[in-house]
Amino acid sequence: MGERIIVAGRVLDEDARPVRRTLVELWQANAAGRYLHPLDQHDAPLDPNFTGLGSALTDDEGRYRFVTIKPGCYPWRNHHNAWRPAHIHFSLFGPALATRLVTQMYFPGDPLLASDPIFNCTADADARQRLIAHFDWDSTIPETALGYQFDIILRGREQTPLEHRD
Amino acid sequence: MSPQATTSQTVGPFFRIGLDRLNCADLAPADVPGERIVLDGRVLDGDGVPVPDAVIEIWQANSVGKYDHPEDRQDKPTHTGFKGYGRVATDDEGRFCFRTIKPGPVPGPRGSTQAPHLVVSVFMRGLLKRLVTRMYFPGDAEQAHDPILTRVVPERRATLVAKEGSANKGSLRWDIILQGPQETVFFDF
Repeated sequence: MGERIIVAGRVLDEDARPVRRTLVELWQANAAGRYLHPLDQHDAPLDPNFTGLGSALTDDEGRYRFVTIKPGCYPWRNHHNAWRPAHIHFSLFGPALATRLVTQMYFPGDPLLASDPIFNCTADADARQRLIAHFDWDSTIPETALGYQFDIILRGREQTPLEHRD
Repeated sequence: MSPQATTSQTVGPFFRIGLDRLNCADLAPADVPGERIVLDGRVLDGDGVPVPDAVIEIWQANSVGKYDHPEDRQDKPTHTGFKGYGRVATDDEGRFCFRTIKPGPVPGPRGSTQAPHLVVSVFMRGLLKRLVTRMYFPGDAEQAHDPILTRVVPERRATLVAKEGSANKGSLRWDIILQGPQETVFFDF
């Protein structure tokens, strides 16, 4: 139950080459802002038809596409009146240890973004903007679902962790 | 302008929903060649308190030091059934356990040889970015020349070397300590 959406995009490396056949895993709260997780005790209903998880491999152009519902915002008691903006968790592998990425995708125009400590943990303002999906008419399906585009750039392969350490 | 890498964000407290599906604590079914290892460890914070909701991922070569990866061009066999990758979440006492085989030495930068090791990533609530470390095996002479371990100050190297466990042969203990004087060495990259 909820607002049906399509989240699609491309996984690219820093030279804008597609990352082919790589695993994309995601998880999210339901439309009411509740996770199907025993530790989530937010007073909002679980949806018996929604698990909140998905996974897919990118295609030869690095594309992925998920059909889901827009996750709800939820309180998290980090501070007074703390609410997480709507977000979807992403986990990707890419071809190397250095390309492993866990991140979160946000929605454009969310009024909670400005006060969310987790979103704002990404210190660079431009980098934060890149965590926000774009509303996309091209992937929006009439009478069915709104489309959001979220491209993910994985770090270059040449940055091997084996040669850099503190 | 080339694209800028997407930044990391915390895995959060509810990662099990999305990540459990790929959990793998046993990397080497019985017919995979190699010395059997059972690694038991805990994730502890700076006060020694267990972290009950971390994700541990390991990557490793097979017993002859070959990665099952297209960029490993060594003329060595891959081993059918060997996964080379494992993922588990810690339990309520912060414990994790992997069953695997001891990897062989692998090539390092500039013609060097790396001692047998696991590459380990730690994801957890409150961490913006994963922690990356390594676990080496007790008693390997190659460690004296390992190109990574030798760049760690000598008094901290022990944080990266497992200890023989008290149980059966092949039993190893290695704790990941997030902060404090015994903090595990984590790598920047």
